[in-house]
Amino acid sequence: MANTACFMIVARNDIPIYEAEVGSAAKREDAAQLHQFILHAALDVVQDLAWTTSAMFLKSVDRFNDLVVSVYVTAVFKMLVCFFLNLTTHTRLMLLHDSRNEDGIKSFFQEVHELYIKILLNPLYLPGSRITSTHFDTKVRALARKYL
Amino acid sequence: MIGVGKMKQYSNVLDKPLSKGKQEVSLSAFAFLFSELVQYNQTQVDNIAELERRLEDAGYAVGSRVLELLCNREKGNRRETRLLGILSFVHSTVWKVLFGKVADSLEKGTEHEDEYMISEKELLVNRFISIPKDMGTFNCGAFVAGIVKGVLDNAGFPAVVTAHFVPIEGQQRPRTTILIKFADEVLKREARLSQ
Repeated sequence: MANTACFMIVARNDIPIYEAEVGSAAKREDAAQLHQFILHAALDVVQDLAWTTSAMFLKSVDRFNDLVVSVYVTAVFKMLVCFFLNLTTHTRLMLLHDSRNEDGIKSFFQEVHELYIKILLNPLYLPGSRITSTHFDTKVRALARKYL
Repeated sequence: MIGVGKMKQYSNVLDKPLSKGKQEVSLSAFAFLFSELVQYNQTQVDNIAELERRLEDAGYAVGSRVLELLCNREKGNRRETRLLGILSFVHSTVWKVLFGKVADSLEKGTEHEDEYMISEKELLVNRFISIPKDMGTFNCGAFVAGIVKGVLDNAGFPAVVTAHFVPIEGQQRPRTTILIKFADEVLKREARLSQ
């Protein structure tokens, strides 16, 4: 059972439109910023990789244990691995996680993808703006508890 | 007391399944809706270019949503990374879902490397529309051009898309062509990827 996880949806222009800490352990003070930093750093890697494959689910793209900063991180968190789902409209669903439950993560991504499509179909929703629906938030957290 | 009664339970859209939806919608209903859309925009602007731009923006919103939805439904979550791939996706899948048939033809422009054309004998949205002489080259197919632009833009292939009438001998009504002109970065990336 994983104890730290950070989930983020990033739109085409690299602006996050949704973020959630879905870990089940007690949170450290700087954990949230650190997770976001890692996810942002991995965006460049994903961008290049996105054009070479037509698959959507990119698995562990960036291991955060070969930078100087990460030595401290890995001593505490073990290895944090990023998972990505690249949508056709180049919206990225990103998950930072420290377990390797790939099937669970893939199913989690697929379910959140469907939720995201339902939000997108709303004609009054401007694509690329923040997702503020509390119902969406509740559902994502429920899915996270179920699959992660 | 007025209003006392059983509260209707509204289920949130997020809880409903993402179904295939009704395959067909009444053409006359759409024709009325589209004509009202054009008329409303006509009252808001005072020149043709602005009217075309507004129709294009309306189509753009449709295109961006259609792309995501269709990729999930039809293609099992595989993305298009190549130019010809995305063009044939627009030409067959998008057209089939929106208009019930594939587009008539997809051609590569002869003069410029970055131009492609999708032609249609009679665009569905233009079927009940006649353009008065004083509006010149205005084409309500700008709405469809906006849809194509929305799909291409959001898939990562920025392009300028316009709709034109092309007169054909032997036919009373001219053929409609959607002209797609891709941006430079698309061609560069294509060249890089095809090595």
